[in-house]
Amino acid sequence: MTTVTVDTSRLGPPLVALVGNPNCGKTALFNLLTGSRQKVANYAGVTVERKEGRLQLPSGRRVALLDLPGTYSLAPHSPDEQVTCDVLAGRFDGERRPDLVLAVVDATRLARQLRLVLGLMRMGLPVVVALNMTDLARARGQVVDADALSAALGVPVVSTVAVRADGARALLERLDLPPPAPAGLSTGGGDQVVDDHRRVRDILRQLGLDSLQAHAFSDRADRVLLHPLAGPLLLLALLFVVFQAVFAWAEAPMGWIESATAATGETLGALLPPGLLRSLLVDGLVAGLGGVLVFLPQIVILFFFILVLEESGYLPRAAFLLDRLMGGVGLSGRSFIPLLSSFACAIPGIMATRTIQNPRDRWVTIMIAPLMTCSARLPVYALLIGAFVPARTVAGGLALQGLVLFALYAAGIVSAIAVAWLVKRFGTRDRRQTLMMELPDYHWPSLRNVAIGLWQRVLIFLRRVGGVILALTVLLWFLASFPAPPASATGPAIEYSFAGMLGHLLLPLFEPLGFNWQIAVALVPGMAAREVVVSALGTVYALSATADDTAQALAPLIAAQWSLPTALSLLAWFVFAPQCLSTLATVRRETGGWRAPLLMAGYLFGLAWLAAFITYRIAQACCA
Amino acid sequence: MTSSDPGALHAQTLSEAPCGRRLFIHALNAASGEGQEWVARLRELGFIEGEPVQVLRRGQPGGEPLAVRVGVSTFALRRAEAACIQVMPADAS
Ligand SMILES: Nc1nc2c(ncn2[C@@H]2O[C@H](COP(=O)(O)OP(=O)(O)O)[C@@H](O)[C@H]2O)c(=O)[nH]1
Ligand SMILES: [Mg+2]
Repeated sequence: MTTVTVDTSRLGPPLVALVGNPNCGKTALFNLLTGSRQKVANYAGVTVERKEGRLQLPSGRRVALLDLPGTYSLAPHSPDEQVTCDVLAGRFDGERRPDLVLAVVDATRLARQLRLVLGLMRMGLPVVVALNMTDLARARGQVVDADALSAALGVPVVSTVAVRADGARALLERLDLPPPAPAGLSTGGGDQVVDDHRRVRDILRQLGLDSLQAHAFSDRADRVLLHPLAGPLLLLALLFVVFQAVFAWAEAPMGWIESATAATGETLGALLPPGLLRSLLVDGLVAGLGGVLVFLPQIVILFFFILVLEESGYLPRAAFLLDRLMGGVGLSGRSFIPLLSSFACAIPGIMATRTIQNPRDRWVTIMIAPLMTCSARLPVYALLIGAFVPARTVAGGLALQGLVLFALYAAGIVSAIAVAWLVKRFGTRDRRQTLMMELPDYHWPSLRNVAIGLWQRVLIFLRRVGGVILALTVLLWFLASFPAPPASATGPAIEYSFAGMLGHLLLPLFEPLGFNWQIAVALVPGMAAREVVVSALGTVYALSATADDTAQALAPLIAAQWSLPTALSLLAWFVFAPQCLSTLATVRRETGGWRAPLLMAGYLFGLAWLAAFITYRIAQACCA
Repeated sequence: MTSSDPGALHAQTLSEAPCGRRLFIHALNAASGEGQEWVARLRELGFIEGEPVQVLRRGQPGGEPLAVRVGVSTFALRRAEAACIQVMPADAS
């Protein structure tokens, strides 16, 4: 692939970059300035979120605003900090160097944040300081004189309150003035951190800004929320509510979307004459659109909770409580919620990995998310277990069917742990992961910021992921419908289609696993979504291809036709099978490239094949 | 840090400090190979010689991670990270 480098430095409006420590209110300020005029994407080649927005100044001039990843220093320690440093230095491929740095500073944590400002002043770019959270500092008895601070630092300083509608007025006025000259600050001879620390301390002492105490409410709240016993219990209760909501609340809207899809399909079907167009619209387009929209309720509900938890400052506490648990496999506590969400569906789970700051952890979490048994696998499990596992109890009252289901879930979790451990052990250079995570003060979540964040997730899903899912559904429809069976056909139509041919072609690959050609053919349209395999099997066995009754009619049929080793092998296959193009589309979107989804599909396919093969052989040996 | 450093007499690492005790950072040193980078990072976060620190609480099980107050900020550190920070009781300086 060739890349064309375009000099964008003279294109478009001036670029202002927001830089600051994590939790200084950068995103809130960005939302306040740009509202919904934002574009969320990824930086080229890295799992780091890129947010750009447009803004019109009071004078009518336009400015492009870039929300750079939060950073504690300009000596990067993680890939997201690296992005910030490289963009500021004009070193990032495909990004133009900002014309102005807007250094966002939390007024309640001046000492550390002003050290970053000094660092920014050494980059040779014009710097304006947005002194944010001045309302909180004032409430705690510290009023900061922006002009005095400006004089002491030598760069313009304006006060902002990012959560108040008019909280950026002074900032807008300042941005309308000509930009200040590039802040020239030379590097000192000695230890830069200590030099800067002394300098900031002197400034703060001079301005009487060094008496602020730690946030008392946060301390009091942490006494309960991080309590060794109460903390985990409260977290457990919270997680219970969240996942109850994701499953239970989403059920009704998902049902509506499914019935609406079905109704639309029927209406269209009744209006159009039978034929290709009807098939395309009903089975391809409408079914595809329904297949995209049906994920929305879970995504909205999950992200509502995640955004509220993130905004309030609780999410790092949850990570604190779960650090030991997740640290065992080399991940951090932040991976827990995305992985748990993946039990509902890997798509919201993978989208939720955005809260993991360390891109390596994020990458590993994305990679193992599909190993969590998502709810779409349940219909397949239910069909196979119902057909093959006898409904009796073993070992003193345990239902055998339930035991098998549990084993399938456990197999997913255990292999996720193994994969995470292997990747961390052999796949990355730094073996010992650092934590060093700030526990920010608690804040009331701002409804506006939660709403904007939610809206962005919905847009990302519908625009980027939805398009791919829709296209793939139509493609699979095409594969399953063409070419039409010959007039003399005896078998089901799908057998003569491209999907059927593909299934037959793949048969040698699946035969060692004990799969027959019907299974191989059904796996092809099943790539749209795992549960589609059930109806696809129905189609292959020439049953009427409608919903739940398929499973009921299918169970005795396959029970009679398949051997037990085949059924167990297919179950093992489904623990790992990368049979969900929507997930792969999401991974591509979230990682910004094809590498991760291809790798994921490859390793899951390999694992699925191996697991099914081993299961088949062992089962055969036992049954013989 | 050599043993002739008078402060080293009272110094202990932050990873061993009891919860709630008010301490000062005496020095930062790399406990292990990766330590060099950790020390640089810790200092950028505000763990700088002379700053007041306090272990607020430890996670369970195993006393990890530690919630540490430095200045007006709170950080979660793993034990190995906290072991890079040498501290002294607030009354010893
Ligand atoms: N009271 C108050 N809260 C703020 C202000 N700016 C941000 N916040 C809140 O501080 C928290 C962290 O802000 P966020 O924008 O997510 O920080 P970021 O990590 O820098 O992007 C959120 O809960 C915000 O609502 C402010 O000026 N005043
Ligand atoms: Mg942010």
